Amino acid sequence: MAVSRSNSIVISVLAGLLLFTFASSYAPGFGDRTASAAITLQGTGATFPAPLYQRWFKEYNQMHPDVQINYQALGSGAGIKQFQQGLVDFGASDAAMTDAEIAAVKNGVVLLPMTAGSIVLTYNLPGVSELMLPRDAYVGIFLGKITKWNDPVIAKANPGATLPDTAITVVTRSDGSGTTFVFTSHLSAISPDWQKGPGAGKSVSFPVGVAGKGNPGVTALIKQTPGAIGYVEYGYAKQTAMPMAVLENKIGKFIKPDLASGQKALAGVELPANMRAWITDPVAADAYPIVTYTWLLCYKKYQDPKTAEALKAVIRYGLSKGQSFSAELGYIPLPADTVNQVTKALDQIS
Amino acid sequence: MTSGVTREISRPPIGLEIVGDRIFRQLSLAGAAFTLVLVVWIIVSIARVAAPAVHTYGLSLLVGSKWDANRAEFGILPAIWGTLYSSILGLIIGTVFGLAIAIFLSEGFLAIGLDAVISAMGLSDNLFWSGMPVRVQDLLQIIIELLAAIPSVVYGLWGIFVIIPLVRPPADWLHSHLGWIPVFSTTLSGPGMLPAALVLAIMVLPTISAISRDALVAVPPKMREAAFGIGATRWEAILAIFVPTAATGIFGAIILGFGRALGETMALAMLAGNANVISWSVFSPANTLAALLANHFPEADQVEVGALMYAALVLLAITLLVNVVGTVILQRADSQLKGLR
Repeated sequence: MAVSRSNSIVISVLAGLLLFTFASSYAPGFGDRTASAAITLQGTGATFPAPLYQRWFKEYNQMHPDVQINYQALGSGAGIKQFQQGLVDFGASDAAMTDAEIAAVKNGVVLLPMTAGSIVLTYNLPGVSELMLPRDAYVGIFLGKITKWNDPVIAKANPGATLPDTAITVVTRSDGSGTTFVFTSHLSAISPDWQKGPGAGKSVSFPVGVAGKGNPGVTALIKQTPGAIGYVEYGYAKQTAMPMAVLENKIGKFIKPDLASGQKALAGVELPANMRAWITDPVAADAYPIVTYTWLLCYKKYQDPKTAEALKAVIRYGLSKGQSFSAELGYIPLPADTVNQVTKALDQIS
Repeated sequence: MTSGVTREISRPPIGLEIVGDRIFRQLSLAGAAFTLVLVVWIIVSIARVAAPAVHTYGLSLLVGSKWDANRAEFGILPAIWGTLYSSILGLIIGTVFGLAIAIFLSEGFLAIGLDAVISAMGLSDNLFWSGMPVRVQDLLQIIIELLAAIPSVVYGLWGIFVIIPLVRPPADWLHSHLGWIPVFSTTLSGPGMLPAALVLAIMVLPTISAISRDALVAVPPKMREAAFGIGATRWEAILAIFVPTAATGIFGAIILGFGRALGETMALAMLAGNANVISWSVFSPANTLAALLANHFPEADQVEVGALMYAALVLLAITLLVNVVGTVILQRADSQLKGLR
């Protein structure tokens, strides 16, 4: 413990020197926790569900002014790390914790899927309004095997479109992210070449392309580069009005990313008791192929029963009323079965 | 003091002054020592976290070219290459323009033009107008120094939305016509070495121009007079006498600029493309050490943090080396010029 604490001091010192942009959020404030009757819940984690969570927490705080929830969107990795170190009341991650990660938490872990979302391929091709991408095309593009937009593999799937002779510029995420994890997990699931090559992870070594930081970085590069293609979250692409490619799913149907196709993907998934379900390649007929749950990480035991009760109330709100904000913000509301299952899982928290 | 009583000008210091002097000396010493301790502390603490990675990867990290956290394969050669290449490229461009600005602002070129206008308008006797050239010079200098106050992230954004579209047409032309030259051998896909180096050049410009100008202004008047006295033209005097005399200061400016370019993070993370590629081509995407650190830190696990700290040590070593070499050269040059001062 002593070693890892001094390590984290070192990390924060260096972070302060090099990464002032990130560093400002490294120290969650504990000061206001002692405020008389009010309860403050601290959370850290994924950026992907952050807009939705922040909306929930704001609305909830307006109804219950005595409960204040701070959520810092530092990324899934940071969420898991700070949750393990006990620095926060809850964490959030786009990648569910592994068994090894769970074993490291003394107070026990409850994983709660709270919402879901799709990852889309967005592109910059002047004159092409709809782009169909078969599986071998988008795997080939990200592997660097398909380098021109008028490649026969792409042309065959888009008979109506006039595809230019421009080079394809692949744009990826430069920072580690849950989005990359979900996208590369999907690529690994559908392509043995990808699995053997770059593999799946929060940051992988992409064989080609340039990289931008965060969804905004990727989007900016795509907008500035004719012939570019990259992956971002559906909600972000929708907000910024980026074109989204129509992807071939497992049974060979071309599916547009939207709310309905995302819901179809979730409907085909049964959640196990530990709530960890990887939807790397949904089987349902009209399912969009790249969809993920995103999880809240809670302890099984809290020191202060008030904290536990407040947190459970907030989560119940998110599972009921909160789901109605999902569609508007570009997320997929959880299926009713899942909501019931997650609500039941709340009983494990005390 | 001004009570009218005649007092001797010199007197022994009173007790309070001696104590104050001692305290001040101790404080200065403590301050100086603290700075040293801080540097050592930073290096030691980074080195401690880096130690496992140094032990595991050793020199293979320095020559490896893949950064793959999944397979715990770490190599920073492309990042070292990108850091040095972008800094040197940016520095060359920045030095050319920075030195030109320094000469323009210190050798009275502005005054020649403005004086002509002012006297043509018959205003040379007017105090306000005759002081104009100097004020305009100062204003220009301040504007250039303001460049240093622009946050790095703003440079990055500006680079993405302005510089990249601007350099794309000439870059495409150069690639299609002169693609056989290694420097133009790839296409510019968007972010890459050239936009990164151009923005770096602008970022180091204020440092280089301000310090070079100070050095040129400090050239002794007797040398200026002597230069013109022996019949040198304006350009001969500037290029053969003033610039060489101020070379120490100019060189110092370049070293300082180099230091800034090496450590620059945000703008390069946004513009260089963050791709682990080693290429002579200025249109190819690249990666730098500082951008690598900034991109991978927030999500890194323990093993990757070790490797990142190792990379940080390498960056520190490069920066230190540049500064030490710079200081040594400066001292050499300074001692050669001593007779002139």
